[in-house]
Amino acid sequence: MDHTVHDVLLVGGGGAGLRAAIAVAETNPRLRVAVVSKVYPMRSHTVSAEGGAAAVINPADSLDEHAYDTISGGDWLCDQDAVEAFVQEAPREMIQLEHWGCPWSREPDGHVAVRAFGGMKKMRTWFAADKTGFHMLHALFQTTLKYDPIQRYDEWFVTRLLEDEGRVCGVVAIEMMSGRIRAILAKAVILCTGGCGRVFPFTTNASIKSGDGMALAYRAGAPLKDMEFVQYHPTGLPFTGILITEAARSEGGYMLNKDGYRYLQDYNLGTPQPKPVLRSMELGPRDRLSQAFVKEQEKGRTIPTPYGDVVHLDLRHLGVQLINARLPFVRELCLKYQNIDPVNEMIPVRPVVHYMMGGVHTDLDGATPMAGLYAAGEVACVSINGANRLGSNSLPELLVFGARAGRAAAGFASRQPEPPGAALAQFRDERRRIEERILGATGGSERVATLRDQMQEAMERGAGIYRTGESLAQAASALRALQQRSERIRLDDQSRTFNTELTTALELGFMLDVAECIVHCALQRTESRGAHQRTDFPKRDDARFLSHSLAKRGADGTPQVSYAPVTITRWPPGERVYGQPAEASQKAGG
Amino acid sequence: MPETIQLQVARYSPERDTAPSFQSFEVPCPNDWTVLDGLNHIKDKLDGSLAYRWSCRMGICGSCGMMVNGEPKLTCGTFLSAYVPGPVRVEPLVNFPVVRDLVVEVSDFMRKLRSVKPWLIRDDADAAATEEYRQTPAQLDAYRQYSMCINCLLCYAACPVYGLDPLFAGPAAIALAQRYNLDSRDQGAAQRMTVLSSHEAIWGCTFVGECTEVCPKHVDPAGAIQRYKLAAASEWFKHFLMPWGKSEGK
Repeated sequence: MDHTVHDVLLVGGGGAGLRAAIAVAETNPRLRVAVVSKVYPMRSHTVSAEGGAAAVINPADSLDEHAYDTISGGDWLCDQDAVEAFVQEAPREMIQLEHWGCPWSREPDGHVAVRAFGGMKKMRTWFAADKTGFHMLHALFQTTLKYDPIQRYDEWFVTRLLEDEGRVCGVVAIEMMSGRIRAILAKAVILCTGGCGRVFPFTTNASIKSGDGMALAYRAGAPLKDMEFVQYHPTGLPFTGILITEAARSEGGYMLNKDGYRYLQDYNLGTPQPKPVLRSMELGPRDRLSQAFVKEQEKGRTIPTPYGDVVHLDLRHLGVQLINARLPFVRELCLKYQNIDPVNEMIPVRPVVHYMMGGVHTDLDGATPMAGLYAAGEVACVSINGANRLGSNSLPELLVFGARAGRAAAGFASRQPEPPGAALAQFRDERRRIEERILGATGGSERVATLRDQMQEAMERGAGIYRTGESLAQAASALRALQQRSERIRLDDQSRTFNTELTTALELGFMLDVAECIVHCALQRTESRGAHQRTDFPKRDDARFLSHSLAKRGADGTPQVSYAPVTITRWPPGERVYGQPAEASQKAGG
Repeated sequence: MPETIQLQVARYSPERDTAPSFQSFEVPCPNDWTVLDGLNHIKDKLDGSLAYRWSCRMGICGSCGMMVNGEPKLTCGTFLSAYVPGPVRVEPLVNFPVVRDLVVEVSDFMRKLRSVKPWLIRDDADAAATEEYRQTPAQLDAYRQYSMCINCLLCYAACPVYGLDPLFAGPAAIALAQRYNLDSRDQGAAQRMTVLSSHEAIWGCTFVGECTEVCPKHVDPAGAIQRYKLAAASEWFKHFLMPWGKSEGK
């Protein structure tokens, strides 16, 4: 048989996908729910998240403060109704995960402990030492094992969505083990495939982060939203790009330039204090810290290394006890991958591509404009992250919106007839494309790795931390040329069994589409906001650009960009203030 | 430091081969390259048909376990420089069926993991989650070590018992059962005991401790197995005890 049928199909088995699967099973236990993932779910990239997950739990904190931090952190591009729903539901979701066994770090009295995080005015970040994502993912995955209705397609690679008259009704996927290409029909599909950091050369993201879900939705006709907003995390290890968590700074680490000077004080981020101050200095937002690095570099105050310039993250004054208790993974990663011990040496770090604020356009229930298609987690853009996500908001986001999308898709699927068999014609087209035009192609001579390297180079040069109209136009034309060359890929491997060269070729196709959306959206947003900084348009322009970009695939295959309004409920756009004066501006927001 | 090092990589394609063979590649050997970097160099530049799993390259996703010079290792955390002047022999994890090249079939582990009920079991499971269960740092410490398992399966490759008796639940699954048994929030130890003591093979573990030796996350599966055997033995012994005040056996 060429196909199987489900009610709700999750594409991606990371935090969002597993949370959504449980939500479906709990909403309606009769539904046939399945998770299809190109890796075993516990390998998903959620596993790499380190620092923590924000949710208001302390009596001294409030939902409005979490909302305000998120909205100002996002440079007012967040949809405020979405943020309000998010901060309200985050605590319940975090407690739910605690009840599912997540080993949160604790206070002496047994309550869950919270830590400071960048851009957050109150301590509200729950953590499991510095392996928060790992523990969340394993707790979720192991919990899904008790739900009999949840079926899994482990190591199945999804290549396209199936649709019938505008309604999404399944996917085409390759079973890696056998190489068989199959259709999996479903009444509703939820994309939970995460981000696309691998379109850039230097990223914290795992090798599997190739924007699959974004490209699948885009090719099917759904718009991608706010794709120009790419988050650089300020502290990645040189060469590998391995993340050193923001928790290293929230526990009191210093950022130092080559003179041992806490340079962030020169960039309107407050004055240095010995102990960490919330929303100040090293606890400023990621976009501002990454931009400060480039300015330091321009002043010649960074440290050259074979893998590019770096600054130092200094944890030595924290002491071995605190580092072992709160940052054990940071120490392990430094020892193993950088051969330095942060207890008595400074860590070389540089900004590194970390997270996509943009993604598949959804509403508050994860619904896309296409019937039957939902998205949640990093692949989606609701938007709660606006122009810059705050650290520790992405983990609660995948719980809140994973659960919402799961419930909504379950409701939708319960009301739908069986998925139409008409879509199977598209399946046969897709199988032919893979078998004849990719696997069996003999005419071309291009290598996947060569094209991928050139794409990454074009993205870094043209669409990095600072961009110009010219740099972006060059990137756009480089990507067009690479799209054409990708038609002439020749694989070394024509076999079926676990053909990872075939999947890397398909991933390259996804990444090229996503990269084009990033570049075109960035080119047309002639302002600077959050993580999108145009040196030729250095000011924020609310009159023209207090709006979301929506990229749809045009007839010629290039992205067509239009705009949609931002939802403002209670916090009118203001100035982003970090350092001491932040108190005053927050009062204005209410 | 030499400029290159030789990787001898196990190759096997079920569509083409009847038995595995080795293929040698010269790869660059800078100080900061791992075995995984070497494999990626082969795939990108020399032979795109080489099949292996990898993802996070930071020792947390558990995908890239292989035999390196006969020892189970996470290749992303194993540096080529440790093997100079080479060669370095890279093979799929032993004790698992080989799918292709360096990729092994792990569904047996996935089944065993599920069989030990690795989730929090509560008598009051239906209660709404309105506030957290309390757990002190000391209670967290009681199971924390076992919660660090990344399911990389190096311990199964190292385990002499699993190699001989595929019914054995194996080090990681037992450690994860113990992770929940020792969690102060959990009430499911008795259910898991029933599952595990039905696996005869647990008695075959002679506590040689290879599983603990090879664990990249310092989990101690051997310790978990010994605790289990003690607990199971005393449970078995209790079958022969008459409960107080009962005139008949149960």
